[in-house]
Amino acid sequence: MNILVCISKVPDTTSKIAFTDNNTKFDTANVQFIVNPSDEWYALVRALELKETLGSGNVTIVTVGPAEDDAIIRKALAIGADDAVRINANPQDSFYVAAQIAEYAKTKNFDLILTGKETIDYNNAEVGGMIAELMGWEYITPANKLDVNGSIARIESEVGGETRVLECEMPLVISAAKGMAEQRIPNMRGIMAARTKPIQVVEPVAISAQVAITQFEMPPAKAGVKLIDPENMDELVRLLHDEAKVI
Amino acid sequence: MILKTWTSLFACFMMKLKLFNSRIKNYNDMSVLVFVEASNGKIKKAGLEGVVYGKLAGGSVTAVVCGEADAAEVSSLGEYGASQVFHVKKNYDAGALVDVMAAAADKVGASLIVFPFDSTGKAVAPRLSARMKAGLVSGALGVPSAGGAFKVKKNVFSGKAIAEVEIKTDKKIVAFSPNSVGIQKTGGTATVEEFSPAVKESRIKFVETKKLEGDIPLTEAELVVSAGRGLKGPENWGMIEELAKVIGAATACSRPVADAHWRPHHEHVGQTGVAIRPNLYIAIGISGAIQHLAGVNQSKVIVVVNNDPEAPFFKAADYGVVGDAFQVVPRMIESFKKFKASQH
Repeated sequence: MNILVCISKVPDTTSKIAFTDNNTKFDTANVQFIVNPSDEWYALVRALELKETLGSGNVTIVTVGPAEDDAIIRKALAIGADDAVRINANPQDSFYVAAQIAEYAKTKNFDLILTGKETIDYNNAEVGGMIAELMGWEYITPANKLDVNGSIARIESEVGGETRVLECEMPLVISAAKGMAEQRIPNMRGIMAARTKPIQVVEPVAISAQVAITQFEMPPAKAGVKLIDPENMDELVRLLHDEAKVI
Repeated sequence: MILKTWTSLFACFMMKLKLFNSRIKNYNDMSVLVFVEASNGKIKKAGLEGVVYGKLAGGSVTAVVCGEADAAEVSSLGEYGASQVFHVKKNYDAGALVDVMAAAADKVGASLIVFPFDSTGKAVAPRLSARMKAGLVSGALGVPSAGGAFKVKKNVFSGKAIAEVEIKTDKKIVAFSPNSVGIQKTGGTATVEEFSPAVKESRIKFVETKKLEGDIPLTEAELVVSAGRGLKGPENWGMIEELAKVIGAATACSRPVADAHWRPHHEHVGQTGVAIRPNLYIAIGISGAIQHLAGVNQSKVIVVVNNDPEAPFFKAADYGVVGDAFQVVPRMIESFKKFKASQH
């Protein structure tokens, strides 16, 4: 079974968020970049588990980004992916990224394409669905569990207080969410092996972006916490009712 | 000769006037299509808000109600701003809903299509966007600013910043964050017609539905009570569940609690779990790591209970209680009970 896992480079979860160029560009100075958590912890790790369970198959990772993204690609390879593809372009918007990945995937023979449920930078949750549409494949989101039996993928999807159990003949695109797998820390052998694993560089196709960020701003600051006497919870309830008007 | 010149000039003037009028007309009559989900006879709250969103964005609103809904509920969409309702009575999965929305957009010549940014919106809108080559903004916080380019704001970096995004394509799709414009009735009536476009057969087989624990789905809850490692063990969640029950809240937890299997994974809120934006979020024994805050900082009001006055969560809180959860929470339950009794 051949699995393609889409990964995205994002700022570390603890990064200080700031902007440059008159608040039009994200300030990357002193920012540590990581593999987007749900791409790594859920999509990639589950893909590796499926390969291990089946005893055969190949896990390829793909990202759209410039040469400096090789650092996060090596991290994903250290966790255990077999090979990697970097589409050599600056990601412009979700459609641009999805179209580049679909263009590449169409020339290959993948059974599954996995993405994380959303990236922690732009919080769009768009790329997976767009890839599915461009490939003409089915799409399941969110997928909280994934198993494969022959040519059938079995997915559990938690939506609105219930779990839907779904089955679909592969190929399909799946958006991986909490519950699917647990984070794996790369070991020394993995890190050493990742150094020599191949990263194929693919040139992008011409695609026009459909949306563009024109300006960033910081959210309004909180007014500050109002401390309440722990002996007097009647006062908390009164404030929630009279002042905050939420109960 | 002179007459002829005048006639042609007049014709030219009339043409320009017509063009001008048609431009104005086009603007006022921008056709807006709104996806409205229904189940068990009821229209989802996010669907009502979608109709309000479409109306505020400025245009004539066609609501596409998908799923079983009572006739009275369907026609009531006029009161929220719809002038036309298409009712799709079959229960379709997301793939078929893409076909439905594409057909409806084609039928009304929609220039703007509106979805709520919820689980169904996330499954349908990106696919429709790729199919129609219509630029999509996910998680919009409000309607586009009037005049000029089509720009909407959305949260980025998990709520740590806001971005203004321009959609550059002629056809546009917006998936709005629930609770961003609110729900209000403006009065009005809508015509209703049944709509049953052709859809491609789904390859996805529905096997079964299992109910998750808990009565109120976390992502739809207006009130949420959440607890963390400060509770010391899963055996101490009784008071959290009781508090949630008293006020009608959903229960949630922090990542370490879910990872230690004290609570089920679907209760984990935060950057890598579920992101929520309830009206009230009560956090008990959670220190407030930045990854946790990323999942809850869109809550309208945050109450933090922690015995450590230095807990970072207090900086993000509206109300704070510095004290031992095992003493504070039972008191809180009593106070809420008293309040509830006084409301009757």
